[in-house]
Amino acid sequence: MATVRLSFSPAPVHVRTARLVGVAVARRAGVAEELLDEVRLAIGEACTRAVTLHRQYGLTDLVTVEMSDSDSYTVRVIDHAPIEASVGLTKLPPDELAAESLTDDALTTGVGFALLAGFVDDLQVRPVDDGPGTEVRMVWPVTRR
Amino acid sequence: MELSLTTRTVAGHTVLEVGGEVDVYTAPRLRERLIELVDAGSRDVVVDLERVDFLDSTGLGVLVGALKRLRTAHGTFGLVCSKEPLLKIFRITALDQVFPIFPTVDAATERDGSGPAS
Repeated sequence: MATVRLSFSPAPVHVRTARLVGVAVARRAGVAEELLDEVRLAIGEACTRAVTLHRQYGLTDLVTVEMSDSDSYTVRVIDHAPIEASVGLTKLPPDELAAESLTDDALTTGVGFALLAGFVDDLQVRPVDDGPGTEVRMVWPVTRR
Repeated sequence: MELSLTTRTVAGHTVLEVGGEVDVYTAPRLRERLIELVDAGSRDVVVDLERVDFLDSTGLGVLVGALKRLRTAHGTFGLVCSKEPLLKIFRITALDQVFPIFPTVDAATERDGSGPAS
């Protein structure tokens, strides 16, 4: 089982790096070409969410992305923000998306979750085992070994 | 690929051509440019996404912000997008029900082409 682990300071500029690495490992793991755009978007959304939370809470802790290609391609994106922050993960109905009352942050969070849920069939969001934080776990099938 | 932003006028509309990647790092530049355009008096704005390689929730949030800003200013706002991967993003987020989306700049800038910013 090959695992690639990437940790980065919670700065927006590094999210692109995480996307590039995530897609490179996915391709090598055997994820189908037609899924790679979705892998890129989902890893980006999960990392964006983590970076945004760390910045909201003034955390300098690193965001971690772990990629594993055992029987499937599994990506875990781990943040260290307080758990209650994850409560904001709700999909917004269309008529609320452009409502004046909706803040930019709430909109981006809702849309980000809609993209994660829409592009990842096997998605789990759960507390990390130790300390504060959330793990976004995404799994894609691999077509060759 | 870095974000590129180019503005031109087509049939009385301000067309902002966006290229490259729109994400949490580059979206603030897109937001600033859209605010500049509205502040400078543009009221019929079309954002051309044909050369966009990547668009995430942050970029979508910026586009919704521009739509709301133009709605307040009694303007119009439309998007040009024909690439299926991007269209899928709009469908999944239900934002295809929020934005007028056109296949070409010509379609977006025809008289009454872009919908009201509502």
